[in-house]
Amino acid sequence: MTSLIKVWEIPGGVHPPENKSQSLQEPLAKLPIAPQLILPLNQHIGNPAKPVVAIGDHVRGGQRIAEADGIFSAHVHAPTSGTISAIDDHLIPHPSGLSAPCITIDTDGKDDWVTLTATDDYHKLERTTLLAKIRDAGVAGLGGAGFPTSVKLNPRANHIIDTLILNGTECEPYITADDMLMQTRADEVVAGTQLLAYLLNNPGRVVIGVEDNKPRAVEALQRAAADTEIQVVSFPTKYPSGGEKQLIQILTGREVPSGQIPASIGVVCQNVGTAVASWRAVRYGEPLVSRVTTVVGEALTRQRNIDVLLGTPIDFILKEHGFDAKKASRLVMGGPMMGFTLPDPQVPLIKTTNCILAPSKKELPPPLPAQACIRCGLCAEACPASLLPQQLYWYAQAEDYEKLEAHSLFDCIECGACSFVCPSHIPLVQYYRAAKGSIRLHEKEREKSDRSRRRFEFRQERIAKVEAEKEAKRLARKQAAEAAKKKLANEKQAGVEAGPVPAPVSDAQTKAGAKQKTPAEQQARLERLLASAQESLKKAQQPLEANEPGQSVTDEQREKQQARIKQAELKVHDAEQKLSDFRAEQGKSAETPAPADSDPVAAAIAKAKAKMDMDPAEKLRANLDSLQQRLAKAEEKAEAARAAGDEKADALAQGVQKLQQKIKDTQTELAELSPSTVAEPSPSGRHEADVAGLAIEKAKAKAAAMATMSADDKLRNQIDSVKARLEKARERLAKAEAEADDNVEAFRTGVEKLSSKLETLEQQANASAD
Amino acid sequence: MLELIVQNPLIASLIALGGLALVFGGILGFAAVRFRIEGDPVVEQIDELLPQTQCGQCGYPGCRPYAQAIANGDAINKCPPGGQSTINALADLLDVEAPTLDEEHGEESAVKTVAYIREDECIGCTKCIQACPVDAILGAAKQMHTVIAEECTGCDLCVEPCPVDCIDMIPVESTLQEWKWQMPPPSEKQAVELIATDRDNPPGGEQAA
Repeated sequence: MTSLIKVWEIPGGVHPPENKSQSLQEPLAKLPIAPQLILPLNQHIGNPAKPVVAIGDHVRGGQRIAEADGIFSAHVHAPTSGTISAIDDHLIPHPSGLSAPCITIDTDGKDDWVTLTATDDYHKLERTTLLAKIRDAGVAGLGGAGFPTSVKLNPRANHIIDTLILNGTECEPYITADDMLMQTRADEVVAGTQLLAYLLNNPGRVVIGVEDNKPRAVEALQRAAADTEIQVVSFPTKYPSGGEKQLIQILTGREVPSGQIPASIGVVCQNVGTAVASWRAVRYGEPLVSRVTTVVGEALTRQRNIDVLLGTPIDFILKEHGFDAKKASRLVMGGPMMGFTLPDPQVPLIKTTNCILAPSKKELPPPLPAQACIRCGLCAEACPASLLPQQLYWYAQAEDYEKLEAHSLFDCIECGACSFVCPSHIPLVQYYRAAKGSIRLHEKEREKSDRSRRRFEFRQERIAKVEAEKEAKRLARKQAAEAAKKKLANEKQAGVEAGPVPAPVSDAQTKAGAKQKTPAEQQARLERLLASAQESLKKAQQPLEANEPGQSVTDEQREKQQARIKQAELKVHDAEQKLSDFRAEQGKSAETPAPADSDPVAAAIAKAKAKMDMDPAEKLRANLDSLQQRLAKAEEKAEAARAAGDEKADALAQGVQKLQQKIKDTQTELAELSPSTVAEPSPSGRHEADVAGLAIEKAKAKAAAMATMSADDKLRNQIDSVKARLEKARERLAKAEAEADDNVEAFRTGVEKLSSKLETLEQQANASAD
Repeated sequence: MLELIVQNPLIASLIALGGLALVFGGILGFAAVRFRIEGDPVVEQIDELLPQTQCGQCGYPGCRPYAQAIANGDAINKCPPGGQSTINALADLLDVEAPTLDEEHGEESAVKTVAYIREDECIGCTKCIQACPVDAILGAAKQMHTVIAEECTGCDLCVEPCPVDCIDMIPVESTLQEWKWQMPPPSEKQAVELIATDRDNPPGGEQAA
């Protein structure tokens, strides 16, 4: 089918020397397998793949060695059989000259492959299955950008695709890889195109676009596509008509809007090499492990196109083509317009490598030094994106990013046409690339600083909140303390002044009384306090006096000492004050309560005290007794009331019932209590306080006893207690062992610890006894 | 009525103008209350431009307080992490002459750094956590701490309080994702190489001589 399509014009463009014939003299050759293949994990746009093999693993050809990480990523496969010798950072073909993670395979030369699953008729399969096959094969755009193909073939639902364009333009000088592919594998290109069209639901137009400097490729394609709906269009040669946006404009007349993708205007554009790779992935199940690459340049003795395994080191390829390092001016990956200088020939060939250019110094001389811009405007005429390169250059130099964006810097396709025509040899594209990078970096930094700001503000807020909470708590505590103080003071006053206290109130008082010791004890305590304060005062005074003759005391020390003395004095004074106060009070209270021994309050206090001293079981029993007495009384009353026909009879009967209930409760409590040890707290709230008091009393007594004990006694006591604990622990361990408890181990370590402690204590005791 | 106006043109016009003034004054007054903007928009704008390292090298406890201070008339050249580009942006915003960085507050460093805790030496004192203005240090008492490198602003406020000196400020490695093309050298420098005799005497060297 001949061209029925109108060919449109694109603005700008240049005509650099083509230099395409050198590499087309020899037929497409297959390069032997290199002894070592280095496969970068990031040969595509998007996230690097994740390795799924380990060092030392033996892999077969076509085996997946790294898995795509997310949708915008592609698998990596072993191009041939061999052993994984390294997974580490290696120089990659990138203008930065940086290293990135790579998998290195030491090939074994057997080229032993995994079994591939072929598909005879892909029309029988679902679209999703086919897309998965393409994805599994790790196909990424072979034109240069390396965009994962399966993503591009799966446009968003709101993008209706009406045109599929196959890019066989290859407008960049020197490169003939696609030309060679189209000449030798025209059938596969056509089959691949049909597959892609099928995947895109057969869009109305399917076009293969080829520049008219490749007549043989056009001829081969037209022959292959004779009975299909595919149109092979040939159009005038002009650089850069092979750019995706430019090609779309040439073949459809539509312009891709700024900042959008071709799918938004209903077009999908794929490279012819990608079509072949996709076709092979579906038809033969073959992963993308090799590609056609042009090896060209006057520094080589042999210039041709080769079908080469991915990961083959560039220096291996160069050696095969008689590379003369002395003759070469530099080593370029890609073409002379858009390619970049390789930092080192050690780097491997990757999915996007369409050309290796080893030009001589005469062929591609080093760039001439840049001179001032003379505002000739040639660059603006050459720009295929209709930008204003000289303005962009101006703003890029001034780092005026706002202006750059206003002048649509991001629509620049970095084709290099402006630099090519610049009479002042200004490396314009490099300015644009740098400016783009700076803007992206700027954007990133802004995002980061925004995040930092949020984090900082959040932290400030949090700290303020915590402070406020603390303050509130402090305030609450203070208020509570004040309230308690006031209450205590009120009660004391009430206790002293009111004399007889009504029976219900006496409960609180008895509690307070329980805390207070007998007056004699209190006095003793205060005297002790005074004595100790005096002691410390003496101590504080002592060192200063001792130091005085030495004359070595500094002022600071002296001051400190004096402060200490003052403190001690204050304490002594305080203690004295308290003691005298207490004595005075004692005298006062001795007057009043003396005759009141018989009065009900004192009796209640005495009773409560008596209660305190009892153990809980006894207490309960006493309780029970009193309850039974009350019950008997109540029953009597109720009986009398009923006999008299009183209206209170019902209420009284209820009271009797309540009392009976109480007695029952107490009895059960008592029953519960009696088998267990005395120390166990009784469930009743009222008794709990008493028991707590008891425990405190006990602890105090113990502490007092300890204080009076000599060190030896203490030790002996400790040993005894440890012994007892050990005995208990042993019992528990035995029990646990008998029951095969899970915690046997824990018990055992406990026993061990205790026994070791006992041993050390005994040793100490022995030592002190000696 | 008309007669009255004609007879007293001066008073009439005064009343008319006064009335208009009252009406518009009322409208403006209402608008000032109704469409009032919370906070100072200039402070917000200045804060946007500051690098948010929260390092305090300017003498204020964080970027926002410094933004507030600038709005109140403080100098704009006290931010070493932001460097000259931040000063230029601030000068642009405030329409003043861009001064050079005040050396008193520190020097602009070309390399970005992040804090790194040598984890086997960390004693878990939480002092650095309390110092970090952006909560970028993770850890608990008596547990090893570590820096979330992503969130670290490189303010080095955590270095000082560390009792065992186990925090280093290490330069951020440039990765492939962050790599960008460098600007070509200025054209004057390249042009020098055109004339053979100029190659040994670059213009910078001449000035120094």
